[in-house]
Amino acid sequence: MSDVLKAPLAPKKTPTSAPFWDGLAEGRVLLQQCEACNQWVFYPRPRCSHCLAPALLWKPVSGAATLTSWTHCPRPTAPPFEALAPQTLAVVTLQEGVRMSTFLLETADRPLTLGMALAPRFVPTEDDSAVLLAFAPA
Amino acid sequence: MVGKRHGAIVGYAEWATERRYDGPRAFMLEQWMDLAAEALADAGLELGDVDGLVCGTLREASMFVPATVVEYLGQPVKFAEFVDLGGATGTGMLWRAAAAIELGLCDVVLCALPGRPIPSNPDPRDRPSPEARWLGSTSNAWGSPQAEFEVPFGHVAQNAGYAMIATHYEARFGSCETARAQITAQQRRSAALNPLASFYQKPVTVEDVLASPMIAEPLRLLEIVMPCAGGAAVVVASAEKARKTPHRPVHITGFGECLTIKTPTFAKDLAVTPVAEAAATAFARAGTTPGAMDLLALYDCYTITVLLTLEDAGFCPKGTGAAFLAERNLAFDGDFPVNTHGGQLGVGQPGLAGGLLQPIEAARQIMGRGEARQVAKADRALVTGTGGVMSEQVALILEGA
Repeated sequence: MSDVLKAPLAPKKTPTSAPFWDGLAEGRVLLQQCEACNQWVFYPRPRCSHCLAPALLWKPVSGAATLTSWTHCPRPTAPPFEALAPQTLAVVTLQEGVRMSTFLLETADRPLTLGMALAPRFVPTEDDSAVLLAFAPA
Repeated sequence: MVGKRHGAIVGYAEWATERRYDGPRAFMLEQWMDLAAEALADAGLELGDVDGLVCGTLREASMFVPATVVEYLGQPVKFAEFVDLGGATGTGMLWRAAAAIELGLCDVVLCALPGRPIPSNPDPRDRPSPEARWLGSTSNAWGSPQAEFEVPFGHVAQNAGYAMIATHYEARFGSCETARAQITAQQRRSAALNPLASFYQKPVTVEDVLASPMIAEPLRLLEIVMPCAGGAAVVVASAEKARKTPHRPVHITGFGECLTIKTPTFAKDLAVTPVAEAAATAFARAGTTPGAMDLLALYDCYTITVLLTLEDAGFCPKGTGAAFLAERNLAFDGDFPVNTHGGQLGVGQPGLAGGLLQPIEAARQIMGRGEARQVAKADRALVTGTGGVMSEQVALILEGA
């Protein structure tokens, strides 16, 4: 993927997830934490997926993550991503323990390894309706 | 132990898979009827014997699917199910049929999954959206977590998810590249003798697999199933009914099912699959062990699926699948027969029907109908089904009466 880019597809935002996307638009990463059991939750939900308490609070986090898995795709995974091929898709684990599906930037000549440290990158969508959370080697 | 109470596979229908189907087109309901007739004839039963029915998704109905099929066939039933487990639908149908028979709800259950193209609709407004073609099993409906947190990131369909699992596995346990290529090559040796397979008389070598184009690292083209047309059906009957059928009944003595996630990103451990739970349940229910199996029919949408299934079903410890495979030959005449029809990697994947080909092959072998690829001793088999991206798995133990 080129380093100056816009993502071709916008997420279909929901009222439940609005704080997450609003945070990214301001360059901040917000995650939900359960007041009842202290667990972090991702993706956004109205109740905790560990204890079902309706007690999730939005908290700012650093966005620091580690690499859990990745795949370099020489062919686009779907037609809308043709201009971005080759893509490096990834699964990352944030410091708080939650996982996310994402893609990696700035990986040229960087060997990817399990557990390598990653930092957040903010990538706007082509229609400028949202900012996606991508990652790059820290 | 095979008991009186266990439902048994007594007949089946399997259509040859075709990469480019140019035969007459029929609606899925019409295909259902053809498959039902063929499977019942194979079992020596008639429509009037049927009192249970299990179906999967149909293009012609999104709700009331079983009632639509029942009306179309013209046969009332006392038990109907609709199964939505992706590649695990076929195996999921069979254990539900067997369980209903064990409960005494019914005696003869029809399970069918059509997979040929339907007639092209002259009304363009009624055709599937172009998006549907690349989304695969990913939902892009508003409110779906995938529409929000997968699709915009390029995480769509199955290849990337399975590649993610494979990369994570190899980062922890070392490369399994050669072992994965071996799975394709040895299954293709069996497929070469299967006239119903897309790759009939088309064997490949480990080198061919390793030289095929990279699709999603580390997975190459020949490690991924080829979509094709086909269709399959199975008749499950009570032990009493089974005794009057022409073939050796194949009892479903054990079954287990486990669903964990939709997207592997959220798997507790990307290297551990739901079949661990499903197979343990199935073996315990049947009172048997992995070592007692004469053959395996393991769902193989990708090579990595087979390797992880072998580990998680208890054939070898986690992380040792490559070393385990290096010492074994999976072909029908090998020391460890797996997917003796060629698997979906050798037969092709006729949509959901692909998940019925594994249990049909195990039943065929146990019935002694394997012809050129008959395994010498075939009394017990483990069969698995996998849906989504290691999202949901079913395990069956099949035993000859």
